[in-house]
Amino acid sequence: MHPAPSLILFTVLSGAGFGLLIWLGIGLRAPTGLAAFLLFGMGYALAGAGLLASAFHLGHPERALLAFTQWRSSWLSREAVLATATLATMAPHAASSVFAAVPMPVFGWLGAALALATVFATAMIYTQIRAVPRWHHWSTPPVFVFASLAAGALLVGRTGLAFGLLLALAIAMIAHWVAGDRQFARAGSTMGSATGLGALGQVRLLEPPHSGQNYLLREMVHVIGRKHVYKLRLIALGLGALLPALLLLLPASYVGFGLALLSHLTGLLAQRWLFFAEAEHVVGLYYGKR
Amino acid sequence: MTTLPQSTKTKLGLVIDLDTCVGCHACVISCKGWNTENYGAPLSDLDAYGANPEGTFLNRVHSFEVTRDTAPPMVVHFPKSCLHCDNAPCVTVCPTGASYKRVEDGIVLVNEDACIGCGLCAWACPYGAREMDGVEKVMKKCTLCVDRIYNENLPEEDREPACVRTCPAGARHFGDLADPNSPVSQLVAERGGMDLMPEQGTAPVNKYLPPRPRDTLATPDLASLCDPAPKAATGFLGWLDRALERL
Repeated sequence: MHPAPSLILFTVLSGAGFGLLIWLGIGLRAPTGLAAFLLFGMGYALAGAGLLASAFHLGHPERALLAFTQWRSSWLSREAVLATATLATMAPHAASSVFAAVPMPVFGWLGAALALATVFATAMIYTQIRAVPRWHHWSTPPVFVFASLAAGALLVGRTGLAFGLLLALAIAMIAHWVAGDRQFARAGSTMGSATGLGALGQVRLLEPPHSGQNYLLREMVHVIGRKHVYKLRLIALGLGALLPALLLLLPASYVGFGLALLSHLTGLLAQRWLFFAEAEHVVGLYYGKR
Repeated sequence: MTTLPQSTKTKLGLVIDLDTCVGCHACVISCKGWNTENYGAPLSDLDAYGANPEGTFLNRVHSFEVTRDTAPPMVVHFPKSCLHCDNAPCVTVCPTGASYKRVEDGIVLVNEDACIGCGLCAWACPYGAREMDGVEKVMKKCTLCVDRIYNENLPEEDREPACVRTCPAGARHFGDLADPNSPVSQLVAERGGMDLMPEQGTAPVNKYLPPRPRDTLATPDLASLCDPAPKAATGFLGWLDRALERL
């Protein structure tokens, strides 16, 4: 699949933002005044920036409001509804913490639950797609959820929690890669089943339907990215989870936290890039490539 | 609403005969022509006269080669367009309700005025039946020529999809696949019509007819006919050959 920068930025940034709002919502850290302004502000800014980045991915952003209508069937619509509901529900808690120094736990907890559901919905947009076997597996949502929770814990500065969540993220990433490597074969789609000619013999592409590029090849048959898969996996695992976890073991300092956060986000960008670039769509079978 | 209908009484669709298709791409061109001039946004071309031309198409013809163990290899031309699946994954993922499957005839359509161009439906389709238009930025797909098949302004023989109407080989058939007595359903029953990628669980309405078994020669010893000379001559010629060799 094509690793669109807008989608990579959206999932990483909004994931971190919603993760931060989860921990602020349940009052793991209950800042007031300026500190609350900065922390809640960062949560809203990250989540909002992510949503804005995703709007750039649309062909017709002016019709984006329609995306709130189909929550009964569509995970993408559910994500839009949940994200907006999170930001709205969390607002009284945030405003009250900033201006009156009085947290409002009811709104906080409800907002946190909605934020967690938002991150899950983001993951389900990919997990639901059967035509991309690597994504269509239970190991996909844990990567998104643990990444979001870990980034949030780093942002609120909870060392122990962040350490545990980073290790959980490492395990989730590895599980997703190990399971993902077998998924295409498990799905059972081959050039034989795609053409229905498999019973006759070995099928290969003789002539593609067009000599140039097209939307399908650009969007779904992205072969370039897989050359450095193993190096990129090491970068994602190392910078995204292991190095920040090690940095947290050092004596607590703002520099240490800052570096851990920077390393985590950089690693996650690599992980998300791979998440798309590595994923093979079954339509590639019609083109003799994957 | 982008939930799928429980069932549709009529299932309009295509039956494509892989035995008959000659790979001329006439269906590709007639489809592009009709759907550029009629329903919805035109199918655009990008860089049409430049170095890297490309365009939006709703129907494309791939050509495959099947290598067989006991028979010569076989070339199969393979037209591919939307299969109007009963369990269409492209419909349920749509966040705006632009994608829908019609209750009355099972055709899967896009309401282009409600499409935000997110591309998720194209990802959800295992067959690559949906393409985002490069200029209009809305999702395009086969409409089964919904603006021809019910169009009373057209002569009756033209009230079928443009690809079916134009196919010079008669490899494309259009009809109701829910009715077991329709000519298309009988063709499917007779020829063993098949689903593409059944393991994807999409329950396609369109069916493909596999190539018919070919005639085979009783003893196809073609290799011996190609051999320029016998390897070792026997009898008088053999003796002569060996004698001349020794000289």
